[in-house]
Amino acid sequence: MPVTEIRIAGFGGQGVILSAIVIGKAGCIFQDGYSTMTQSFGPEARGGACSAQVILSDTPVLYPYVSTPDILVVMSQEAYTLFSPQIKGDGILIIEEDLVRIGELPPGVRVYSIPATRIAEELGKKMVLNIVMVGFFAAVSQAVDPEAMRKAVAASVPEAYRDLNLKAFDRGFEYGTKELSQVIVKQDSLVAVAAIET
Amino acid sequence: MHADPAGVLTGTHFLDGDHACCEGALAAGARFSSGYPITPSTEVVERFAARVPTVGGTFIQMEDELAASITLQGAVWGGAKAFTVTSGPGFSLMMEHIGYAAMTETPCVFVDVQRGGPSTGLPTLPAQQDMMQVRWGSHGDYEIIALCPNSPQECFDLTITAFNYAEKYRCPVFVMMDEVVGHMTEKVVIPAAEEIEIEPRRYTTLPPEEFRAFKPGEDLVPDMPHVGQGYNVHVTGLTHDERGYPDMRPAVQDVLVRRLVDKIKKNVDKITLFEADQIEGAEVVVVSYGITSRVAQKAIDMARAKGLKVGKFRLITAWPFPEKEIAEIASKVKGIVVAEMNLGQMVREVERAAAGQAKVRLVGHAGGSVHKPEDILKAIMEVAR
Repeated sequence: MPVTEIRIAGFGGQGVILSAIVIGKAGCIFQDGYSTMTQSFGPEARGGACSAQVILSDTPVLYPYVSTPDILVVMSQEAYTLFSPQIKGDGILIIEEDLVRIGELPPGVRVYSIPATRIAEELGKKMVLNIVMVGFFAAVSQAVDPEAMRKAVAASVPEAYRDLNLKAFDRGFEYGTKELSQVIVKQDSLVAVAAIET
Repeated sequence: MHADPAGVLTGTHFLDGDHACCEGALAAGARFSSGYPITPSTEVVERFAARVPTVGGTFIQMEDELAASITLQGAVWGGAKAFTVTSGPGFSLMMEHIGYAAMTETPCVFVDVQRGGPSTGLPTLPAQQDMMQVRWGSHGDYEIIALCPNSPQECFDLTITAFNYAEKYRCPVFVMMDEVVGHMTEKVVIPAAEEIEIEPRRYTTLPPEEFRAFKPGEDLVPDMPHVGQGYNVHVTGLTHDERGYPDMRPAVQDVLVRRLVDKIKKNVDKITLFEADQIEGAEVVVVSYGITSRVAQKAIDMARAKGLKVGKFRLITAWPFPEKEIAEIASKVKGIVVAEMNLGQMVREVERAAAGQAKVRLVGHAGGSVHKPEDILKAIMEVAR
């Protein structure tokens, strides 16, 4: 019964909730499976902390909340400070690298970083940073079928911004694929170094 | 009768419970809502206000809950299917008009997305603390129907059921959601309009001169007049005779109020909905409802993994309460564990129905979050001992 627990957090206004909707939708509508999305409800609309939780499972989700995420996506320092202590020992941490500086983490945690806001600005609209993050998430986490994610993006944004959002998704995905291959190369070379040393 | 396709958003959606509830209301034929939006129920009418102009209908934001809860009843008598939504503090203010709906047999739906109380309490956090209030909140003797969805899909499905029950039994019907179910987003499948059964309004087939507005049929429920077509319509919260005119004689009160109660009590087998799993041979049965039933399921799975024989009984209708079923379970098991997000409400009904035949153990919670499955598991293990 593989279950993936995800938390996405950042400032209100960064599109945290929409990112979670895309992942959740991909997980239960555009691929076989179940997903449950919940969000923190506070008085804040813009600024302030905002977080959403998605649980992906191949059986119906019973318990609706995430306590120790397998994957933590953070887009603000405050969110990092608040939620990084919860991450699973062998979990994945995904950060907006211009907005988050990481501290000490459990040794098993894999960290992936992307300048999502800069990429979104290059695309002409800072607003799509969340979809850049979602594309990056799809590549590095491999938690959901990327094609399902892409369809979920298309189904979740206004018609007029669909192409822009798909571009944002693709840019994030490419960035993630590249980062992932570099990590693998790095790990391979580490193994190679280790082999030489022994 | 099938649903009017205009209100049915057929397809597979990713919706939260509040939005799914709104789609259920639209699919059921609701074309009027008067509301005084309050967290965590706001999204239901926010969506309704956006959607209803496209299907032909009205949303009015009222000045308060008293106005919201009576305006919809005017709309019902005018021919619309109507509802309102609220949460704890607003629900308290609506009590007088809920009694009015019961007394005047106005078919209408109230959605209560429960949050932690008392008073303003926890505006954005869950509870199941209005379960007795929904049953007993207004003064006088009356019966209502209350449904407890545990997922966005059920928020859609059971809102339709609520409208259907309201039309069939002519009483206020309540969709007792909780903040978690209201705000959680999951897959919701909305079928084609022709697959959705809708209970039409029970309009009289009698001509105006023979029609009596509160003369019951065999099922103890009266038919409704076509307003504006020559039928005599007199609706009052005062004790009234079959014509609807005030009559304060104790004998009239006795006939009327007994009927208001009996039309639900005598149809209880047709109304009661529940989900029962592995009751046969169970040592312990866990009773729960709403979001708590999902957390309880996790605890049940954990207990079964330890080899315990545990059954599940989920209330879908909290009211009328499935008394007979609980009594039967109590006669066969060591104990019943009741998990609910309050400090003991439906457990009183379980105790009453069990009548000492089995131990009844409450796993209460003051609200603000869901139970820890481990707490329910602990109670299961103690009761099984």
